[in-house]
Amino acid sequence: MSHEHDSHHGHELSFIQKYVFSVDHKVIGIQYGITALTFLFFGFVLMMLMRWQLAYPDQPMPIVGSLFPNGMPNGLMTGDFYNELGAMHGTIMIFLGVVPLGVGAFGNYLVPLQVGAPDMAFPKMNAASYWTYLTGGLIMFSSFFLAEGGAAQSGWTSYPPLSVMAGQGQTFWLFGMVMLITSSLLGSVNIIVTIVQLRVPGLSFFKLPFHVWAQFVTSFLLLLAFPPLEAAGVLQLMDRLAGTSFFLPSGLVMGESVMDVAGGGNVVLYQHLFWFLAHPEVYVLILPAIGLITEIIATNTRKPLYGYKTIIYAAIFLGFMSFLVWAHHMFMTGMGTVMSDFFQVTTMIISVPSVVILTVLIITLWGGSIRYNVPMCFALAFLPMFAIGGLTGLPLGLSASDIYLHDTYYVIGHFHYVVAPGTLFALFAAVYHWYPKAVGRKMSSFWGKVHFWGSLISINFVFFPMLLQGITHLNRRMYNYPLTGEGTTLWDIYPHSASIQYLNEVISIAAWVLGAFQLVFIFNFFLSIKFGKKVNDNPWEATTLEWATPTPPPHGNFLTEPTVYRGPYEYSVPGEKEDFSPQHIEPKPA
Amino acid sequence: MGENKFDIAYGVGLLPNWSEHGAAIDQLIKILHIFMIVLFVSWGIFLLYCLIKFRSRPGHKASYQSATSKLPKYAEIGVVLFETFLLVGLSFPIWSRYRLQKPDAEKALHVRVVAQAFQWNIHYPGEDGKFGPTRPELVNNAFNPLGIDKTHPDSYDDFWSVGTMNVPKGVPVVADITSKDVIHSFAIPVLRVKQDANPGLVTPVWFTATKTGKISIVCSQLCGNGHSRMFGRVQIQEPEEFKKWMAEKKRPFKPKEKKSENANLDIDKVTEGASS
Repeated sequence: MSHEHDSHHGHELSFIQKYVFSVDHKVIGIQYGITALTFLFFGFVLMMLMRWQLAYPDQPMPIVGSLFPNGMPNGLMTGDFYNELGAMHGTIMIFLGVVPLGVGAFGNYLVPLQVGAPDMAFPKMNAASYWTYLTGGLIMFSSFFLAEGGAAQSGWTSYPPLSVMAGQGQTFWLFGMVMLITSSLLGSVNIIVTIVQLRVPGLSFFKLPFHVWAQFVTSFLLLLAFPPLEAAGVLQLMDRLAGTSFFLPSGLVMGESVMDVAGGGNVVLYQHLFWFLAHPEVYVLILPAIGLITEIIATNTRKPLYGYKTIIYAAIFLGFMSFLVWAHHMFMTGMGTVMSDFFQVTTMIISVPSVVILTVLIITLWGGSIRYNVPMCFALAFLPMFAIGGLTGLPLGLSASDIYLHDTYYVIGHFHYVVAPGTLFALFAAVYHWYPKAVGRKMSSFWGKVHFWGSLISINFVFFPMLLQGITHLNRRMYNYPLTGEGTTLWDIYPHSASIQYLNEVISIAAWVLGAFQLVFIFNFFLSIKFGKKVNDNPWEATTLEWATPTPPPHGNFLTEPTVYRGPYEYSVPGEKEDFSPQHIEPKPA
Repeated sequence: MGENKFDIAYGVGLLPNWSEHGAAIDQLIKILHIFMIVLFVSWGIFLLYCLIKFRSRPGHKASYQSATSKLPKYAEIGVVLFETFLLVGLSFPIWSRYRLQKPDAEKALHVRVVAQAFQWNIHYPGEDGKFGPTRPELVNNAFNPLGIDKTHPDSYDDFWSVGTMNVPKGVPVVADITSKDVIHSFAIPVLRVKQDANPGLVTPVWFTATKTGKISIVCSQLCGNGHSRMFGRVQIQEPEEFKKWMAEKKRPFKPKEKKSENANLDIDKVTEGASS
């Protein structure tokens, strides 16, 4: 084991080798984590700007407005700038924030530790994955400063022909996306090989913590679903730069001139390629999050997981089915009955493993002794929030009810419940839970609880009203109502939306309050490095292998290679002294 | 709030439904939400009960044995059965009516809806029921936004309307949806109609309005910086009123030199008749 060798007897690494261009999976994991959290905050700020425009349409934004002379001349947001914010908010949150945090940060940091490995299977490839991600992210981010046209503004979905005709920002978006996809592919191969090859003796597949299983399934999704989007991205890039028309039909008229393209392409083809990734992508967001909270819930109920194998099979089935539901995003493209029936059936089928997973987690609580620490609070809040997200998916997954609800705020409310108070809460739980392992100190519980309750309450004031707005058919991606034309008020233009305009104000204020509570988290995160309470190697008295390392784990992780004797969730085992029995400690013969 | 020039009092909740097929959609949405609320509330009560009963406290120990109740299994089977009912009983029939049961061409009003950034162009075929052919290079936003070939006899009685779509009440309307530039989506929320307007593709939708009045068309697919002002109107009229409106509508391509053009027209009709 060369890495173990390095850590004990090797030469001292320079600061740059150790903390910047490191090949240590933990350093890379933390780099992923900090970068992803930064992007998340940035994406959140974009949304806070949009919420001003939605709450107070066409009123100058005080102070902040003057920072964007192009996007907000005199503090008034332009439609182009609003669309840039919207497209980049979605892209950043998903591809630069949540996935890198769930897979990049926690996958990287925890998977080698939980399988008992000294590092990832391919440490240099792991570093390459991070740097490719960062480059892709910066390319996308830099497009905001383009003199001509600014950032991408065709939605995070980037449907052609709109995206092909859009400004330079879209080219940056596509280049950035190709980098991000490459990064994901490198990362996913690494995780798969690490799990298959580097498990320590005794650690069979059915002794792995569920989190490792979740990352395993997720990696297969990334590996198999991203290439079609990479292809679609490159084809769209060709349409923009090389004059091809994979996605452009003949006879397009812009203004009054016929577009000079070969034509013969199909606009719906791109959507199929896009959603073939983007639906599995939903599970790429959720599965690591579910994996993480499973660990946290088992640890903090002090009892074994109910239905360990069931939840694994459910995750595998979920992963498989996630490839067969993509077109339920496309019912309104003009889909016939055979296609729509097929995708409705698969969509209903995929709800079953999701229900099974939720059931396993909730029944695990039964008979437990629940400790309400900060990670557990976030993990428990995930359950009802994710349930709302999942249930509101039903009317969207049935093509008939989708006729009415498609493209309304109902959709936005639905997927944000899945991703924000769902997945992101789970990721917050994970930050609080594994922070002591990485740093050696706990984050403040008091400020953690302030962050938790503040976020939980305000986030529901953000997303629940959106469901109500959606039921009243408020369309998404509307940046204002026109000040000229048939009338000057919303009542004249979209009369059906006027009665719910006041909810936009409620949502916006709640969103800003939510932002303020994230500052609590940021301060807690950084100040606890210095001022947090010092902890021992296993502060939560957990059973899995990552807690068997010194704190923080050195390069090479384990002082001696552990051997695994039992399953991952042996809590409150009858007849044992402690209420937790770590995987690497041999049970005493009875 | 300005003066309400519309004939509906809008509030919070599902919008009023003015179409024949919409009631079934509304019913599905309502059943779904009752199901969701029942499931969420009962499940939430169970969660809260667990959270309180099994809280960590002095003298309380976790049990190694997991719950053995069969209840979750039954609950899951129940959910599966209910979802099957939703699919087979409700969603499939609604969608097949929406997609397959196209009204009889004889009885329906046939229009073309051509979207462009950022307006809705409605193409009426006139009395002959035939749309004049269109060509992209003929598009002129002021005089011929649809690019209709005015030399073709089918175009002589064609006319179009920008922004407002007049339709008769109680008569099936078939609208062929397409776009000239980017993807738009033709949505009439009150009529429970939504269909993407894809450039290069033509997709029909159909509906029968049940009330007269003026309602909105909303673009439901991001189409650029003017997306939010891409609205339109549907003016639903009594059939006689609609006939009158149609008769009074100017025919831009009606030939001026009546004699020769009419002769042409007749010859065309004759040849058509002969060939068929």
